Amino acid sequence: MTAPVMGEPDATGRFGRFGGRFVPETLMPACLELEAAFRDAWADVAFRAELDRLLRDYAGRPSRLTECERLGEHLGLRLLLKREDLNHTGSHKINNVLGQALLTKRMGKHRVVAETGAGQHGVASATAAALLGLDCVVYMGEVDMARQELNVFRMRLLGTEVRPASSGSRTLKDAVNEAMRDWVATVETTHYLLGSVMGPHPYPWMVRELHRVVGDEAREQCRALTGGDPDVVVACVGGGSNAAGIFAGFAELPAVALVGAEPAGGAAIGRGVPGVVHGSKSFLVQDEFGQVQEAQSISAGLDYPGVGPEHAHLADAGRARYEAVTDDEVLDAFVMLSRTEGIIPALESAHALAWVIREREALAGRTVLVNLSGRGDKDVQQVSEILGDDAGRSRATLRGPAASPASPVRPAGPVRPAGSVRPAGSVRPAGPVRPA
Amino acid sequence: MTGPLEAHLRSRRDAGRKLLVPYVTGGLRDDWLDVLRALVAAGADAVEVGIPFSDPVMDGPTIQEASQRALDRGTTPATILSELRHVEVGVPLVAMTYFNLVFRAGTERFAKEAAAAGVSGVIVPDVPLEELGEWAPAADAAGLETVLLASPISPDERLARLCARSRGFVYGVNLMGVTGERAALGERSARLARRLKAATDLPVVMGFGVSSGDQARAVAEPADGVVVASAIMRRVLDGASADEAGEFTAGLRAALDAG
Ligand SMILES: Cc1ncc(COP(=O)(O)O)c(C=O)c1O
Repeated sequence: MTAPVMGEPDATGRFGRFGGRFVPETLMPACLELEAAFRDAWADVAFRAELDRLLRDYAGRPSRLTECERLGEHLGLRLLLKREDLNHTGSHKINNVLGQALLTKRMGKHRVVAETGAGQHGVASATAAALLGLDCVVYMGEVDMARQELNVFRMRLLGTEVRPASSGSRTLKDAVNEAMRDWVATVETTHYLLGSVMGPHPYPWMVRELHRVVGDEAREQCRALTGGDPDVVVACVGGGSNAAGIFAGFAELPAVALVGAEPAGGAAIGRGVPGVVHGSKSFLVQDEFGQVQEAQSISAGLDYPGVGPEHAHLADAGRARYEAVTDDEVLDAFVMLSRTEGIIPALESAHALAWVIREREALAGRTVLVNLSGRGDKDVQQVSEILGDDAGRSRATLRGPAASPASPVRPAGPVRPAGSVRPAGSVRPAGPVRPA
Repeated sequence: MTGPLEAHLRSRRDAGRKLLVPYVTGGLRDDWLDVLRALVAAGADAVEVGIPFSDPVMDGPTIQEASQRALDRGTTPATILSELRHVEVGVPLVAMTYFNLVFRAGTERFAKEAAAAGVSGVIVPDVPLEELGEWAPAADAAGLETVLLASPISPDERLARLCARSRGFVYGVNLMGVTGERAALGERSARLARRLKAATDLPVVMGFGVSSGDQARAVAEPADGVVVASAIMRRVLDGASADEAGEFTAGLRAALDAG
């Protein structure tokens, strides 16, 4: 029997050559304790039943699978969305957070700290803390606090203290630094509620297992709807938790291609080289001396120079591939899904769609499953400042496909004026989808 | 097999002296080597040289700022090591950095270059016992002594393994938290120092938070010595000259000697 593609890491927490536990001695006992506690809880039917109950009655699982007929026809392919945006708090993040919050209580701790980029993990953490009566502190980069103001208020409303991370790039990476510094001082009473499949072992494995429900549901929903498996599963990748969750449901099916969409300005797998930061070894965007470089993405949730170690391994092993999309392509996708399906995606999730839109010729006639990891309400203000009065009308057209599907980074073409028509292979001529 | 760092610290300790290990961030200012020399002249038994990293998660605001200022000047591991090549300070140097800089350079290359620059010991706080296999073989081969950190909550079983694997000395962390000055250091420091002394004959040097001569004396009392970093670096960041950093350090020395 061969080992599962997305099974357990080895005893040192490694997926292939990536992962591990690169943490100071002060945190090592907590990492060991957490691993034991998670193993124990995950094998405990009572714990699983309690988590399942919360996921169902509180978070609203199972999330729906929606077929996008208009956009699918427009692109010339069959497009299915896994609707994590419909979960309570508006993203996939709640799956992980409810599991870890229950685990926090089980370990006898009463306080959680978390980092957040877009604020979605922070809001989910604040929500779970309110639900379960835990003290919660969320660290957020100053830059992100400005671009995600409403989420800052949401967290405060939920009773969480939001502390600015004001060093370095003042984005997600720095929020992780501050959360780790807090944890080093408070580890005896505090659990670090890490928001993605990164950090030291057991986090990458534990967080992926807590999100596995996304892939397991989607696989069964796809079979029920289409009678088979999708050809391609696509998800955006910041740290990589929503991608890991949906990939886990399909990794053992070799006919299903797995694609992670990274932001061009923070493409750890596309542009990075192996490195060690925040507790694990993975691909990392860094300079020749090993100084971590600042990511630069329109979406705060993907503005991170690293990536979870299991993704590095899946890339190494050739089981998944990772493609970079530009901010411009992401804005197009954001507008296009809004206008064709009435679904406003999170900017993060729009990365996955942007890849599908760019590669539509290569994907013609295929069934493509996209993990719609979150809803775009949090991004509306930011996008309105970028698009202005036009509200993206001029973006609701299809641009040229990529020169080659393998090209890692491709500058976006010029913005086409509204109404311009270009035939794009099998895709029908694309005027603005909804004439003004 | 006793390396030069351990031999030096043992002989000073066995002569009845409390050990003082001050810290300077490499490449912080043009005159950082003058600061280093001043620390030695003030009575340091070894000096810790920080090689700055962009994301120092074990460091508080002072060392973070010192690291950032050094990086902003274009400091790299290579510039620090090449500057160190040309100084002869008379006490062992211990490089303190984070693993990514070592890993990026290549562990063997980093170890060789550090040794060639005259560094005796290395502290890499994000390489715990469990990951030592990533670094220790290269360090051992280059003759570098890898100093391990012990924390107040390391269980006895881990302390024993840490002490057995540490080279040069054992670095006891005074508190739960990151580096940075503290108004008071609690009972945990003394408790850890006593546990370490019971577990090993290696020199036991306590660090994190030590801010004054009185604190240095109290922390060193149940141990063999102290590391002082942020208290010196804050003065340097605030504009203290090399001589002034030396004067502060001489005060620490006097307090330890009076203890
Ligand atoms: C909706 C949404 N999707 C994706 C992400 C990125 O996280 P990950 O790569 O771990 O899925 C975020 C992070 O904030 C998010 O809010």
